[in-house]
Amino acid sequence: MNSNNNDYWRANIKLTLMLLAVWFMASFVCGILINDWLNQFRLFGFKLGFWFSQQGAILTFVALIFFYVWRMNRLDRQFGVDEEDDISESPDAGDDV
Amino acid sequence: MSAQLLTYFFVGATFTLYIGIAIWSRSGSTSEFYVAGGHVSPLANGAATAADWMSAASFLSMAGIIAFEGADGARYLMGWTGGYVLLALLLAPYLRKFAKFTVPDFVGDRYYSHTARLVAVVCVIFISFTYVAGQMRGVGVVFSRFLEVDINSGVIIGMGIVFFYAVLGGMKGITYTQVAQYCVLIFAYLVPAIFVSLTLTNNPLPMFGFGSTMADGSGVYLLDRLDGLTTELGMTAFTSGNKSTIDMFFITAALMAGTAGLPHVIVRFFTVPRVRDARISAGYALVFIALLYTTAPAVAAFARINIINNVDSMVYADAPEWFRKWENTGLIAWADKNGDGKVQYRGGNALSPAAPAYDGRGEHGERRVSNQLSDNDNELYVDRDIIVLAHPEIAGLPNWVIALVAAGGLAAALSTAAGLLLVISTAISHDLLKKTLMPSISERQELLFARISAAVAIGIAGLFGIYPLGFVAQVVAFAFGLAAASFFPVILLGIFWKRMNKEAAIAGMLTGLTFTFAYIVYFKFVSPDSNNAENWLFGISPEGIGTLGMILNFVVSGVVANVTPPPPPEIQEMVENIRIPRAI
Repeated sequence: MNSNNNDYWRANIKLTLMLLAVWFMASFVCGILINDWLNQFRLFGFKLGFWFSQQGAILTFVALIFFYVWRMNRLDRQFGVDEEDDISESPDAGDDV
Repeated sequence: MSAQLLTYFFVGATFTLYIGIAIWSRSGSTSEFYVAGGHVSPLANGAATAADWMSAASFLSMAGIIAFEGADGARYLMGWTGGYVLLALLLAPYLRKFAKFTVPDFVGDRYYSHTARLVAVVCVIFISFTYVAGQMRGVGVVFSRFLEVDINSGVIIGMGIVFFYAVLGGMKGITYTQVAQYCVLIFAYLVPAIFVSLTLTNNPLPMFGFGSTMADGSGVYLLDRLDGLTTELGMTAFTSGNKSTIDMFFITAALMAGTAGLPHVIVRFFTVPRVRDARISAGYALVFIALLYTTAPAVAAFARINIINNVDSMVYADAPEWFRKWENTGLIAWADKNGDGKVQYRGGNALSPAAPAYDGRGEHGERRVSNQLSDNDNELYVDRDIIVLAHPEIAGLPNWVIALVAAGGLAAALSTAAGLLLVISTAISHDLLKKTLMPSISERQELLFARISAAVAIGIAGLFGIYPLGFVAQVVAFAFGLAAASFFPVILLGIFWKRMNKEAAIAGMLTGLTFTFAYIVYFKFVSPDSNNAENWLFGISPEGIGTLGMILNFVVSGVVANVTPPPPPEIQEMVENIRIPRAI
């Protein structure tokens, strides 16, 4: 792997780990581990811990993936490893007419 | 028009639509049959993935489980959506760059081993068949209750439709029918939820509605009212849970890793043209899924309130039509313990064992149960799987909404069944025959084998529907536990750890599988009486044991890879290649 690709991979890993930390916080920490403690706070008609485990975590997941897509596409271009705009590398380039 | 006539109409119309799509999207090559030629747009793939993923379990069972378990139901909500984060960040883009047809393809190539490929094939087939069996039960329930045809004919009709578009169209046919099925199922899920949300809270959005105040002018929040009602009747308060924190944690993790490792979901990301399409496609898929998953807990809370309000203290002789119809299908039961002719709905199981067995009619015209009556005041048994189907009737919604829900339930079950059957047929024709046993067959022959194995798989799945295994519900934990303990670690390490080799992969998969399999079999089949928290390892139920299996897999893989030779240079090159989106 050349050094550009190495740097790209390192940046990718950093981003991924950061996002997984948020993923873990929203679901396992807020939704499960400190769920009972959070329940003393309220968000409209919801107890906060209950809201996290039944709504908040899911909304966080959606936001995470879109953030990841945006940042990764930018990283791809920055390091010049993005895909050219042809789609000839689909798995069946040979037998598809 | 009667609900039944409308149901015939909706189900007939949607089935015609699916067949039309199947004819329009026939497959001509193995690539089209396996991965729709790799030309599916990310948005279409997102919708197809959502329909593929959301099965009878999501559509029919999940809200029912949450309705009765309250806060504990969150393990499904988080587990079955959080897996998409893992999929999007850790697996999908890289597997797309790898650009082959199946999960065993990746395992076999990355670990340069036929043994690894065969272990993967066996897992794929086992996981997919367990899962299909669950879908067949969903199809049977819908048909028997709403079309009042017997379950066998229902299953045969459903299988006939799937046969038509799966065998003819392969992945290409399945993809576009799944897009249509997503539209049907989400519409069918949201419409009744919106109706009920408006009635109960004046809020048209169910996901906010169940955090709003009641529409009865009392100014009480809906969830507070529900907590009050449940506590009053001697049940666990709706927003509190019974499960231990460690068990919730392990189950949620197993469902997440299992979701990310399920072959029929992974393979969907082989169907888009580019790596960046795979990324965004996972995002679209989760949006489509979240639409249903954020509504489900609202439906659950609404349904629980409506059941308590409508059924508790009801005089059986005045029971509404829906109550008697579900009683006739064997999914509701009432035992008049105190002899007052009214239904008392309280905490605890009314019957022992919990599911009713009937024996003629009682004095009020109810189906008399022959179970032992539990020593508590609860007189009512309601099967959790009927909540989504029965709720529109319980809430008194118009007939067309009831019919719509039936069509939606069928869309959810059939779309998932088709995706699973395709994975099974691909594993046989591509991984087992072409790549292992008969490498010399031509593409035409391979395609023929793919169609034959799809047809056989549909036949077997149909048998599961007609002769349902009593333990179907129990083995679903298998599918997730095994996917979490086998595929997830082996694919993840294959991408992120260049040093990971064949010996480690095989040892890791076998350890994870054996451990998880043995634990589930022991508590579910060998010694079901000891299946309780006191006997569980670290308090982890069989449902969550896949997480521990996964951890064992990681540990064993790490140790074995360090004491065995590194993978050959061309494999290391391949790993570097799949990490970079641009073609080299």
